[in-house]
Amino acid sequence: MTAITMPVKTPARVRTTSPLRAVLRNKLALVAVAVLAVMLLAAVFAPLIAPHDPNAQDLLVRLRPPAWMSAGTSDHLLGTDQLGRDLLSRLIYGSRISLLVGASAAVLAGIIGATIGLVSGFLGGWFDRILMRIADVQLAFPSILLALAIVGFLGSGLWYVIIVLGFTGWVSYARVVRAEVLSLRSREFVTEARAIGVRDSTIMRRHLLPNVLAPLATIGTLHVAAAIVAEASLSYLGMGVPKEIVTWGAMLANGQLYLGTSWWLAVFPGLALMCTALAVNITGDVLRDVADPKAYRR
Amino acid sequence: MKPLLSIEELSVDFRLDTETVHAVDRVSFAVEEGETLAVVGESGSGKTATALSVLRLNPEPPCVYSGGRVVLGGRDVLTVSEKDLRGIRGNEVAMIFQDPMSSLNPLKRVGVQIGEVLRRHQGATRAEARQAVLPALREAGISDAERRAGQYPHQLSGGLRQRVMIAMALIGRPKVLIADEPTTALDVTVQAQILDLLADLGQRHGMAIVLITHDLGVVAEVADRVVVMNRGEVVETGDVLELFDHPAQEYTRALLRATPKLELT
Repeated sequence: MTAITMPVKTPARVRTTSPLRAVLRNKLALVAVAVLAVMLLAAVFAPLIAPHDPNAQDLLVRLRPPAWMSAGTSDHLLGTDQLGRDLLSRLIYGSRISLLVGASAAVLAGIIGATIGLVSGFLGGWFDRILMRIADVQLAFPSILLALAIVGFLGSGLWYVIIVLGFTGWVSYARVVRAEVLSLRSREFVTEARAIGVRDSTIMRRHLLPNVLAPLATIGTLHVAAAIVAEASLSYLGMGVPKEIVTWGAMLANGQLYLGTSWWLAVFPGLALMCTALAVNITGDVLRDVADPKAYRR
Repeated sequence: MKPLLSIEELSVDFRLDTETVHAVDRVSFAVEEGETLAVVGESGSGKTATALSVLRLNPEPPCVYSGGRVVLGGRDVLTVSEKDLRGIRGNEVAMIFQDPMSSLNPLKRVGVQIGEVLRRHQGATRAEARQAVLPALREAGISDAERRAGQYPHQLSGGLRQRVMIAMALIGRPKVLIADEPTTALDVTVQAQILDLLADLGQRHGMAIVLITHDLGVVAEVADRVVVMNRGEVVETGDVLELFDHPAQEYTRALLRATPKLELT
């Protein structure tokens, strides 16, 4: 009889790794962070990178397809629009405004929403009731209509758009943070913090806020993409950023008119938007894992 | 000897939407320096509500302190200002809770959480607090204190976490320690160690310890005096040996009979 040797499995080792190493080991995270980095660099160094002036018109090469198609030219890698403007250059310049609007609106809404959610959930009582009814009203009201009304009142412009999107987007943050705080505040570590004499404002800031950062980051990353699209909708309705400033949203809106004949006008800004949203979402997940001491202990 | 903490005719109500629950009804007792007082009773007897009242930690609303006083160093805790109250909490009176897992913030290293007491009350800097944490951890019986101070709660065992809680409670050198079921969540061998540690530290620092428990075995092991509570009222008070040998009240006798006994037949 022959002896059968069984392969001995070494037990998986539990190792505590640094958060940075955990990110580096996660390939998908690496790609997402790289994509975001490239986008940010492109936005910052747009004048150096862009092959053409994004607003320079050349009617002789209007509606050229991307370079790899038979009618394309190597001068315009991603083709041109109906006025002969270079699509790649417009995408690069557009990333500036789109990223700025997306990130700023998400941060603004996050700050407003987290503050309201924390205070509302922690203090409770009539304070909570009033704030949450306001949130209900805001939710019931179509946000684009509200945004239109505010822009109509204040006037359009880049900063107004950011403020409007920030002020219309806080509700989801506030509700999630409040729900988390409601469950956290009855946890014993909050009682314990009070028992050692920590004041309420410090408990909210130092004990509760870090514990709600994970859901906050997740909503934030979703909101970045939503804010970029909302800016597009406002621009599409002519209530957003002035026409001479290139944004992905405005490009998308413009491309829609030519979808049947010149697909690249809508597809490339759409792709850029999608890649950004995806990269931001994955990066948000990574950030959440890094913030949770349990998650990177694999 | 003058008591460090005395509770006089304390009544605590919980005003709910439909009814008012009298959780604590005219309860009185006092603890002296170096003494361990056990408050025993079944679930819902009001012992935790009484304990939390000492630091005014019951959630208000629904809780209302409807009568009596909690006297600590000549002041009534129930009427002092929020600011004075924060000065008492963790400094003059410290508390240890039942579940050491949920009593620690999961996102902060335990060393930082222990040091927070000093930073709040003695205005210690981050570095000073870090310095003071290591001896406090060692005093609570934690070897390898440097490494433990840098760990998160989930990396520690239940017994270690409760030792961390003890270190946190004692680092401010409180005069009174309130331990609310400090060993309930731990297994039996660890329970004995933690009780020994508490008794030892109480002796060494001349602290008054109020031990809230439903476990009469625990009471027999560490307490000097016992307060028996039922339905929010004090049923019987007395010296621990006296009470175990000659319980005066029927409820106390029933409680004693309910303790499981290990007998050879």
